Amino acid sequence: MADFTSSLYNMRLMDDLACKDTFVHKLHPLIKILTTIAYLFVVVSYDRHEIIGLLPMVFYPVVVFFLAELPVKQVLARLLLIEPFIIAIGILNPFFDSQVITVGGLALSRGWITFASILLKSLFTITAALILICTTGMDKLAAGLRMLKVPRLFVLQLLLTYRYISVLIEEVSRSIRAYKLRAPQQKGIHPGVWGTLVGQLLLRTIDRAERVYQAMSVRGFTGEYYTGADTRITIRDGAYFGGWLLFFILARMVNIPLMIGLLISGVIS
Amino acid sequence: MHMADALISPVIGGTMWVATAGVAAYSIKKIQDDMEEKKVPLMGVMGAFVFAAQMINFSIPGTGSSGHLGGGLILAAMLGPYAGFLAMASILLIQALFFGDGGLLAYGCNVFNLGFYTCFITYPLIFKWFIKKGISAKRMMAGSMIAAVVGLQLGAFSVVLETVFSGKTELPFSTFVLMMQPIHLAIGIVEGLVTAAVLTFVWKARPELIEKPVSGKISGNTSIKRIIYGLAIAAVVIGGGLSWFASSNPDGLEWSMEKTAGTTELAESGGIYGILADIQSKTAFLPDYSFKNDGSVSEQVSETSAEVAWPSVNAGTTVSGLVGGAMTLVLAAMIGFFIRSVKRRKKKVTA
Repeated sequence: MADFTSSLYNMRLMDDLACKDTFVHKLHPLIKILTTIAYLFVVVSYDRHEIIGLLPMVFYPVVVFFLAELPVKQVLARLLLIEPFIIAIGILNPFFDSQVITVGGLALSRGWITFASILLKSLFTITAALILICTTGMDKLAAGLRMLKVPRLFVLQLLLTYRYISVLIEEVSRSIRAYKLRAPQQKGIHPGVWGTLVGQLLLRTIDRAERVYQAMSVRGFTGEYYTGADTRITIRDGAYFGGWLLFFILARMVNIPLMIGLLISGVIS
Repeated sequence: MHMADALISPVIGGTMWVATAGVAAYSIKKIQDDMEEKKVPLMGVMGAFVFAAQMINFSIPGTGSSGHLGGGLILAAMLGPYAGFLAMASILLIQALFFGDGGLLAYGCNVFNLGFYTCFITYPLIFKWFIKKGISAKRMMAGSMIAAVVGLQLGAFSVVLETVFSGKTELPFSTFVLMMQPIHLAIGIVEGLVTAAVLTFVWKARPELIEKPVSGKISGNTSIKRIIYGLAIAAVVIGGGLSWFASSNPDGLEWSMEKTAGTTELAESGGIYGILADIQSKTAFLPDYSFKNDGSVSEQVSETSAEVAWPSVNAGTTVSGLVGGAMTLVLAAMIGFFIRSVKRRKKKVTA
């Protein structure tokens, strides 16, 4: 897990991005959730040694990225932070499947091919999740989840957790900074104060929850969360979802790059 | 321990989603039945607290390294199993969305691995058992320690099962187990120590916070039995249904289910293959051709089915594939730049 400042920065960046006003941002949240799920399913359903056939899947993140005017550099930087974990597991593939095949005169072990396939898939799936949150935002996403019949209690709880993460990260980081200033040159929190330090924070958290509940009750909280979002699904939303779905299915059934390649090499020879 | 989408198959992801949704629905019903709406803000704020507390470095004495808190057991102890499970699910969803930490398809797996075992197995059966006869610092320590270690071992083991059944990596079952379990033993010990320290402090300062959920109405056993039976039935129905569906579907799904069948056999016949697996585990790190034949059923299955599944590698199609792949990427980049330039022009016009 990243440190306090970078996590806070990251969450605020995504909040900011979600406030933009582009074609993709204006789409219905439910549509964006469904498109993301369809995309993830299709990407993950590819065989483990598929690389070329997987490539058309790059169209979805590229098109949405530019339509939604997301900053490529900043979001890709997030990806680079996550990739090492995937690499750690995938890098063993070449060792376990070292049967050699030749690709265009180049001898490769099959493990490298499955490894590359895993890398591509992780790149696509993580980008898809980031795109969803960067173009939708937590409130609208929650409204979308409610429309998917996710229980009210869970959605409400999710929103509260999200709302208080930034508050508590600040609170926890203040305590840790205070500790560090008084105990320099330590790698972490000394075992002697594990209980008191985290325990104090926990007690303060519980008191805060009490105050939050009282404040909510005073303002007429009855257990429902109102977003004020427009809940109608327009033809434009339907076309967006239908278009992508059609493309995903087509790309899954037909190896598009291979067909383009055959066409080109056929023309040349 | 967060699983990524790239390493799971749709069948495994979908099955675990259904299992997790089932447990979550049951938990929500339980909380609503108890009419503890006051708990909702507490759940939210506690979830946020655990999220923040996961970033604290705890120095581990004598090793020079530091560890982190997972927080599943603290959530269960402070909120009870049902609310604790839901709070964990929220944390994991936010991590998946904002940090790419764990995939969305793998979300079901992750909630199950990190939430279910601590909240519904080790908290009620181990932690509560230790402090049933009265709370003391020692009992709290023993309970937290064993509950955390067992919970993480179960979670790590199901990560292995889910990954191997998904069949996206080449890691043999035994090697993966030998990698995961010891690492998570160490993580579990740190988790247990921190949890015990925190809970003991809270208990001394505000005893009612610990004693209430432990002795409270949530009389674990019967309902937890029901959950486990329910899950077992659901797993059989879903697994059976999906595998029937998958085998009529001649693509990657079929292949991964074949592999699933193969590895289940391996897991069950541990006694017979025990010695062989042991030998294999020692040799498995060597990239040798022969080790695949000495006992790992899953490897054999994957070998043979991979043989069938591999496309015929002839030079012509390979070149076409490479050329076409390159063209696809170029096309995607061009579309991207086209959209951007159109957008920029529009902005200039409006500005």
